[in-house]
Amino acid sequence: MEAVIFFIAAIGAVGGAIGVVAARNPFYSVLALIAHLFSLAVLFLLLTSAFVAAAQVVVYAGAVMVLYVFVVAYVGSAQEAKWDPVPGQRLFAGLLAFFLFVEISAAVLSSGLRALSTHGPDVPAGFGDPAAIGNLLLEKFLVPFEASSVLLLIAAVGAIVLAGRKRQGEALGASK
Amino acid sequence: MNINWYIVLSALLFTIGATGILVRRSPMVILLCLELMLNAGNLALVAFSREVGNQQGQVFALVVMVIAACEVVVGLGLIVAIFRRKLPLDVDDLRRLHG
Repeated sequence: MEAVIFFIAAIGAVGGAIGVVAARNPFYSVLALIAHLFSLAVLFLLLTSAFVAAAQVVVYAGAVMVLYVFVVAYVGSAQEAKWDPVPGQRLFAGLLAFFLFVEISAAVLSSGLRALSTHGPDVPAGFGDPAAIGNLLLEKFLVPFEASSVLLLIAAVGAIVLAGRKRQGEALGASK
Repeated sequence: MNINWYIVLSALLFTIGATGILVRRSPMVILLCLELMLNAGNLALVAFSREVGNQQGQVFALVVMVIAACEVVVGLGLIVAIFRRKLPLDVDDLRRLHG
């Protein structure tokens, strides 16, 4: 049963990822990424990390993707040029991706980590649920937790400054 | 399912994201492909945390999510700023800093 769910979710994740890369229209890329994120949440559930899965759905597929949809709707979906600026760019990109995949897989599978070919140890019932993660975040990882909240605040302010209204005298700046 | 499968799946997703960054030219799609790569990293982190039976890897994954959200916010702000200045939304045309 677990294997069936894993393969369905894995096919969904890989299909969504390919959809992101292959779709011509950015709007369809965003929709494919949402499908990808939901499949990943299922995989997280299989790995007994309920809180990360919930955060994935609520934060990523919920909030971040809405931001993307707004910006795509605002900017409009411009079509990309079909020609390669560098001759053979697609070919080289494909080759590089293939070798990268082979290299990462070989590095992981030939590593000495023997527990990789097991299910992992048996874990207690509360493994990865919100209470356990919350305890870790507020006790052991309190400083990184606060630092990431400050980082989010800085990013929000930065986005407002970047995308805010044009100031006087800044109207041009177009390069062509 | 063995943890191996999750790790290989994460490697596959990472390479798909890397390919997207190499072949696409719209900055928005490049940001989406960055998300793919970050999520592949997240999957590996959670899989390794399951492998050792320790929840600290999941905290790492949550921090990666925060970083991804920050990156999205700043990147989309840049895209909106580029669009408002009527510059082309194409990373091959935006090459004034190209040496």
